[in-house]
Amino acid sequence: MTREGRPTSPGGAAPGRPHAPTFTGNRALALEEPLLFEAGRLETSGVDFEAVPAHESRLGGLARKAPIGLPGLAEGECVRHFTRLSRQNYAIDMGLFPLGSCTMKHNPRLNEKMARLPGFADIHPLQPQDTVQGALELMHRLQDWLLKLTGMAAVAMSPKAGAHGELCGMLAIRAALDARGDARKVVLVPESAHGTNPATAAFCGFAVESIPANIRGRVDLEALLARLGPDVAAVMITNPNTCGLFEPDMKAIADAVHAAGGFVYCDGANFNAIVGRVRPGDLGIDAMHINLHKTFSTPHGGGGPGSGPVVFSAALAPFAPLPFVEEEAGHLFLVEEENAAAHHASAFGRMVAFHGQMGMFVRALAYMMSHGADGLRQVAEDAVLNANYVLRRLEDVLSAPYAATGPCMHEALFSDAFLDGTGATTLDFAKALIDEGFHPMTVYFPLVVHGAMLVEPTETESRARLDQFVGAMRALAARAREGGAGAMKAAPIHAPRARLDETRAARTPILVWQPPAADRLAAE
Amino acid sequence: MARLYTRDHEWIDVDGETATVGITDYAQGQLGDIVFVELPEAGRKVVKGGEAAVVESVKAASDVYAPVSGTVTEANAALADDPSLVNSAPEGAGWFFRMALADPSELAGLMDADAYRAFLATL
Repeated sequence: MTREGRPTSPGGAAPGRPHAPTFTGNRALALEEPLLFEAGRLETSGVDFEAVPAHESRLGGLARKAPIGLPGLAEGECVRHFTRLSRQNYAIDMGLFPLGSCTMKHNPRLNEKMARLPGFADIHPLQPQDTVQGALELMHRLQDWLLKLTGMAAVAMSPKAGAHGELCGMLAIRAALDARGDARKVVLVPESAHGTNPATAAFCGFAVESIPANIRGRVDLEALLARLGPDVAAVMITNPNTCGLFEPDMKAIADAVHAAGGFVYCDGANFNAIVGRVRPGDLGIDAMHINLHKTFSTPHGGGGPGSGPVVFSAALAPFAPLPFVEEEAGHLFLVEEENAAAHHASAFGRMVAFHGQMGMFVRALAYMMSHGADGLRQVAEDAVLNANYVLRRLEDVLSAPYAATGPCMHEALFSDAFLDGTGATTLDFAKALIDEGFHPMTVYFPLVVHGAMLVEPTETESRARLDQFVGAMRALAARAREGGAGAMKAAPIHAPRARLDETRAARTPILVWQPPAADRLAAE
Repeated sequence: MARLYTRDHEWIDVDGETATVGITDYAQGQLGDIVFVELPEAGRKVVKGGEAAVVESVKAASDVYAPVSGTVTEANAALADDPSLVNSAPEGAGWFFRMALADPSELAGLMDADAYRAFLATL
């Protein structure tokens, strides 16, 4: 078995692992697993194919001249490979996943059951619409829920995830400006906004200017008001922001931006903190994406792809992209290019070939309907309660730069000031948390706080789970304080792999598997 | 002429109408191990305070800004093969690019070594 590109070896060699190595490299049910290329053989196949009959090639000389070099495995070995790999992974179904800004909540199995119903799972986007009325009704109902929850005028269902939704919102703003012959070029982005916001604005051809955060971790209102003018197309703001704090001046900001002729884009990635409690439409927001795969369950790795519908104010609604579902006398239909002239002539275009992530629509609506309006409200309340519990249970041993400004929203932010003089860094702290059996929190983001640790427990976690996490965090902080930084530098020692050499991996990446030197020699 | 510094932690060595630009030792220390540097091509016009290069470390990707306006005349080709030069010799062999100055009077707004040291003490 080659060790190439795998700088940390399993078994007994690593420091902190005094036990004797096993013959297989396994440690009971902690299974060591080779790469697929190491497990399979290039000259074998798990499937019997008939010999290719004599035929005339129509590839015009483009046929492959050498074997492609894919390993062949029996089906059983292939299944075992991926099952064994999956056991080395960590997932929301295994434990607390406090990755700040990601809303890693439990994915109710009811959602999965609904998404697998043949009427939703086995249909094709090109099927006649008369044969998929149920699916269209589901989309229509989801549109309705999203509009009610946000207090907005229109929704584009097709964007595939958060950043795609941002792009959709900014393209609508651009279309609205173009429609009135306005060539505004500047988009203001506060430091407390998500990192994708300035990237989206730049991608749309806007010039991005940063607005500082104040000492309370919120948008510096004075600085923002001072910068507004006839060249400002929009402000992109994240609320609650990446410090996990509510922007209390949101309405004042929106009013001022509108008075100056601009639009307000809100990054809705943190909607989980306010769903059912605050309607973004009431705050003066013109466009906001909603991460269905965060707020309405199915987080990263939770069973499906992303989905980022965008809601629009009345001012931007005419420019929303195609397609979307409308209902007329009990009949549901997609508004697309063929029939848009009558319904929606000024759409800026479309974001995707079809209508969006059907599977995610089913999961999101199942989540909404099983929770109900009161349940969704409690989701936000419990998510905020859990984050504040973590904040208050840890603020005396960690450093919480904004704790004195009041409660946080859905996530608790800490800086690395408590590690000053210990020799340990935020990264060491996060790696040590892996040994405690937790996925680490988000680290070094947001940038406005030095050595940031961003903890988002979500409403999923019980008091007992939070207490266990808090206990681990307190123990690690005590260890760092008491001179244990050296041991933390070696963490994780109990994970399937020790700390990876990220610098070497980035500077000299090995992107393609190479056969071991002995095999190469034999082949030559 | 002495080396000058910006509040964004770039340094600039001026020699008549041309200058050499890089990032400071403090900047490389904050960024950590540098794994990639994207440099401007010769002939590209840069404006004071505008983006001129991108530096990527294991922690973050950051813009490097032009300390003054002008035209890039040469990029440090050595950084393409060995970006770690920015860590080992940030204010020497790890320079980023050379440029022709558009307006030498822009230099007046930059800090000298003492002023930059005093600025770092406030961070």
